[in-house]
Amino acid sequence: MSWVTTTLSSSLGRKVVMSLTGLFLCSFLIVHLVGNLQLFKGDEGQSFNEYSYFMTHNPVIKTISYLLYSSIIVHALMALALTRHNQASRPIKYAYEKPEANSHWTSRNMGILGTIILIFIIIHMRTFWYTMHFGPVVLNGETITAGSIPEVTYDGEPIKNLYAVTTFAFSYLWYVALYVLSMVALSFHLVHGFQSGFQTLGLRHKKYSPLIEFVGTYGFGVVIPALFAAMPVFIYLKVHHILF
Amino acid sequence: MNIALKVWRQKNSQTPGKMVDYKLSDVSPDMSFLEMFDVLNEELSHKGEEPVAFDHDCREGICGMCSMYINGRPHGPETGTTTCQLHMRSFNDGDTIVVEPWRARAFPVIKDLVVDREAFDRIIQAGGYVSVNTGSAPDANDILIPREIADEAMDAAQCIGCGACVAACKNASAMLFTAAKVSQLAVLPQGHAEHQLRAERMVAQMDAEGFGACSFTGACSVECPKSISLDHIARLNREYLGAKLASNNV
Repeated sequence: MSWVTTTLSSSLGRKVVMSLTGLFLCSFLIVHLVGNLQLFKGDEGQSFNEYSYFMTHNPVIKTISYLLYSSIIVHALMALALTRHNQASRPIKYAYEKPEANSHWTSRNMGILGTIILIFIIIHMRTFWYTMHFGPVVLNGETITAGSIPEVTYDGEPIKNLYAVTTFAFSYLWYVALYVLSMVALSFHLVHGFQSGFQTLGLRHKKYSPLIEFVGTYGFGVVIPALFAAMPVFIYLKVHHILF
Repeated sequence: MNIALKVWRQKNSQTPGKMVDYKLSDVSPDMSFLEMFDVLNEELSHKGEEPVAFDHDCREGICGMCSMYINGRPHGPETGTTTCQLHMRSFNDGDTIVVEPWRARAFPVIKDLVVDREAFDRIIQAGGYVSVNTGSAPDANDILIPREIADEAMDAAQCIGCGACVAACKNASAMLFTAAKVSQLAVLPQGHAEHQLRAERMVAQMDAEGFGACSFTGACSVECPKSISLDHIARLNREYLGAKLASNNV
């Protein structure tokens, strides 16, 4: 199996790990987005709560979720290792550089953007994932439920009311702002990251590369982060009866 | 033209270097950048000072010897140009020009602006050749190669090994160089026979030399005096992955 370790420890092999985990996380974003679009429904969260129940109880989804957690960890750790290796490749820096003349800012700052996203994921999972699994709901030093998540009953079956947790979290302006700014970082990260993932795998072709570039720039760079950012904004406006 | 220069001076690889200021007057806009350095060195010699050491050879943009990092860009502000083909008309009267050597762990400074680029030679030695005896040049049309394939190989073969790609890359990665050298042979029938082993060996050597990984910023291709395309990096990735998965080298 030495060829496997040789491959994975080479600079190209490490990039392949970045690419595969990154593209898997991109596919997750689509699923996560489509599911969460139910927050926009005017049914006081019923479909969102039922969807959340399904996602946390379906064995296939649960298995994939472990793959997802490990992808985030591997992607971040590999990025750290690569960044250290890359920095060591130029021990003496230039006195005067003009990088904007030959490359985009996003492509040179994937590490910084990724760090912002990682911090966001930790906060995001603390607020929702941790609360969902381990309750109670504590936010901003204020406990909103004593021991567990509030429950809601649909068709005689009580399930966790995650919609209530969501609307509570997004009733704070600073928390909404944090999400919107994180989605800006996500946008810049994906504009470069999505296309780059294909390049690393050697998937570059006259016929398909323009499509990959289009999907990366407008799909993952604009539409997905914009819809994600719209959720906290929408809920904030709704909770405070500003627009809806 | 009157110009001010900030040039990296370093006695040898053991001594730390520093930026030194020089002033030059009556510089002709038609001079090449290297000719401007010749004038500077002439003046320094007359004053009894050590001239600035810099690499150069053909001064026609094809040998790949010249290597100056000028105002934050390898080979200066023009695209598709080597330092020897850069002219002073690309600058303005009164400009301050900062000149540094290539910066990479794999390219240690020998003196002033001269760096050791033998790491590139060792990458070539690792597999950038066709090892079977191909005899003398074949007759025309003996080996049929479609025009597009020949063009593709030629695009990669334009690489002069100057190292601007490494100098431009934020990671000091040698991917564009290695990709060009793998590509130029992989697409042709003579080179295809050994394409798997070649990709594996050249990438291993590239890593061993201490170059960084590719972040796909595209800086290498923009700064490459021969404008070698990022397509070749994708091919190298394909060649390497394919070889690792399918070759018989365990």
